[in-house]
Amino acid sequence: MPKIQVENLTKIFGRQPQRALQLLEQGRSKQEILKETGLTVGVNQANFEVHAGEIFVIMGLSGSGKSTLVRLLNRLIEPTSGRVLIDGQDIVRMNTEQLQEVRRKKLGMVFQKFALFPHRTVLDNAAYGLEVQNVPKAEREKKAQESLALVGLAGWEKSYPDQLSGGMQQRVGLARALANEPDVLLMDEAFSALDPLIRKDMQDELLELQSSMQKTIIFITHDLDEALKIGDRIALMKDGAVVQVGSPEEILTNPANEYVERFVEDVDRSKILSAEHVMKRAETITLDRGPRVALQLMRDRGVSTLYVVDKRKMLLGVLTADAVNEAKQEGKTLEDVLRKEVPTVGPQTLLNDLFDLVAFSDVPVAVVEEQGKLLGVIVKGAVLGGLAGKVNQETGLPTDEGQVKEQ
Amino acid sequence: MIPKLPLDEWVETIVDVLDDKLGFLFDLISAGIGGTVDLFHFILTGLPFWVLLIVFTLLAYRAGKLSIALFTFIGLLLIQNLGYWEHSMQTLALVLTAGLISVVIGIPVGIWCARKDAVQNVITPMLDFMQTMPAFVYLIPAIFFFGLGQVPGVIASVIFAMPPTIRLTNLGIRQVPSDLIEAADSFGSTYFQKLFKVQLPIAKTTMMAGINQSIMLALSMVVIASMIGAKGLGADVYRAVTQIKIGEGFEAGLAIVIIAILLDRITQSVGKRKNA
Repeated sequence: MPKIQVENLTKIFGRQPQRALQLLEQGRSKQEILKETGLTVGVNQANFEVHAGEIFVIMGLSGSGKSTLVRLLNRLIEPTSGRVLIDGQDIVRMNTEQLQEVRRKKLGMVFQKFALFPHRTVLDNAAYGLEVQNVPKAEREKKAQESLALVGLAGWEKSYPDQLSGGMQQRVGLARALANEPDVLLMDEAFSALDPLIRKDMQDELLELQSSMQKTIIFITHDLDEALKIGDRIALMKDGAVVQVGSPEEILTNPANEYVERFVEDVDRSKILSAEHVMKRAETITLDRGPRVALQLMRDRGVSTLYVVDKRKMLLGVLTADAVNEAKQEGKTLEDVLRKEVPTVGPQTLLNDLFDLVAFSDVPVAVVEEQGKLLGVIVKGAVLGGLAGKVNQETGLPTDEGQVKEQ
Repeated sequence: MIPKLPLDEWVETIVDVLDDKLGFLFDLISAGIGGTVDLFHFILTGLPFWVLLIVFTLLAYRAGKLSIALFTFIGLLLIQNLGYWEHSMQTLALVLTAGLISVVIGIPVGIWCARKDAVQNVITPMLDFMQTMPAFVYLIPAIFFFGLGQVPGVIASVIFAMPPTIRLTNLGIRQVPSDLIEAADSFGSTYFQKLFKVQLPIAKTTMMAGINQSIMLALSMVVIASMIGAKGLGADVYRAVTQIKIGEGFEAGLAIVIIAILLDRITQSVGKRKNA
């Protein structure tokens, strides 16, 4: 069961919103409905699932309805129609008490402009969520303190929000949301008001926290780079509708429509695509073969290097054409001329970090798993191809293509 | 020609009916207000002059600057010297009672206005009416229901003085940034948790400005209230006017000004004090 399931969720602003519902179902656009009824479509029949433990990014330009959508999830804004199931319970149908209970126990929210209470100390801010649950003072202050320590604010408990910098204020915002120990964090443009350097730090810290907390995070942003960096999956919104949901790679390499394509065309692919997206199938050989077989294989395949693997496809080294020729003439075995120092990278290495290695290596760089299993190789041209956005055609995503060829 | 609407007769009829049916209620209110005024009066005149002098000076000092404390000290000595101490305390008792009632009624009404637009839409014109109707007019029904003396004076003062407290409580709560309200809601606050933990503390400065205004308006009513038998400085001023005694009128007026400045500075500082 998904942690959060959103079904046909719609928000229409204005009087008598029901008038617009039918038009939406007929597939009329936001602009047409505004013209005809004077009603504004905030969110248009959104459908998606969020799994436990993932960072689900909702991205779109301003006015695309992403902030409205996240507020529908905890009913800060009342949905016009549709369902929001959290752990299978539809919060749209809950009464006030039930809703308060879900907000207290399951949902924490972090706001764009921090929304800290100016009259409360940092500690009292962080303890607010527990205070409204009537947790005893000593206990809630202890938890708030732990939560503040988690975001690196130990020692600032007695300060007031206006005494802190923007980055620190948002840490308080995060600590306040975490103190309740909610399953789900809703982060509404949480880092958008921060300057770029602080912002990058916060993103890194969030990812680090997430690796130990495993919360379900719904993160709203208008910044594609941010979305691609922290999102396990991304939902792209336009005019209130969810246009595409997918992993960062899917969004980049397989845009659902022209809008997504335009959105992603300026992305720095070198920071998104990794070795596994641009690697080629490796031409391999085992050590029990002789030099003549190796040379024949090179000729057949039109390559000048062969990768040597054992039966379990563990990478042993590389053979160049020159070395094999030498072995053939001097009667050596392949093992004698095997070059064991091969440049290797992991499949998740970003293109950005590959440039140096690939540029200055005389043999293709090997892509290996942690245990040493050879997955493929990266030739110089493939890196350029990846940057140009030609991942699919040229080298293929990590499908069968990328696997080591059976001997 | 349309004949004149008998508005005057209608109002008189309503007042008659009210007096007839709700007389016990007015007696109750009268007793409550009278008791409060008497209590303040008892405290303020029961304590020796020098004790109150020290208390007020300390209050003023706590409220802010040394200069205000100094002003209070000299001002109160001057009032004592001129012989208006007793009357000043009577006036203060009246003003404090009117201010207290304004706050006790005004703040909940202001909160109610902030919660519901419909309530605000009904209350706002009533407040406009209360503030613009000449204050003398309130004296007539006040006498009718409560007789002569302190109580109708307080009632008339409350009607005239309460609007700022209601208005600024409403405004202060409505001005709390919407993201703070969202934050409070998103953590599952109940209505009253949100009110007491977020809205009222943040609205406090604005609300105190309203309370300050209410107290000042109540003070401005003392002369008018003296026309229906309220004792104190107002009566002195009123008598000086009717007998054209310029010197006496100036002295009593000066005492009112001193008390006004004192009340203003002390109540203002309560609102301004830093969160900590």
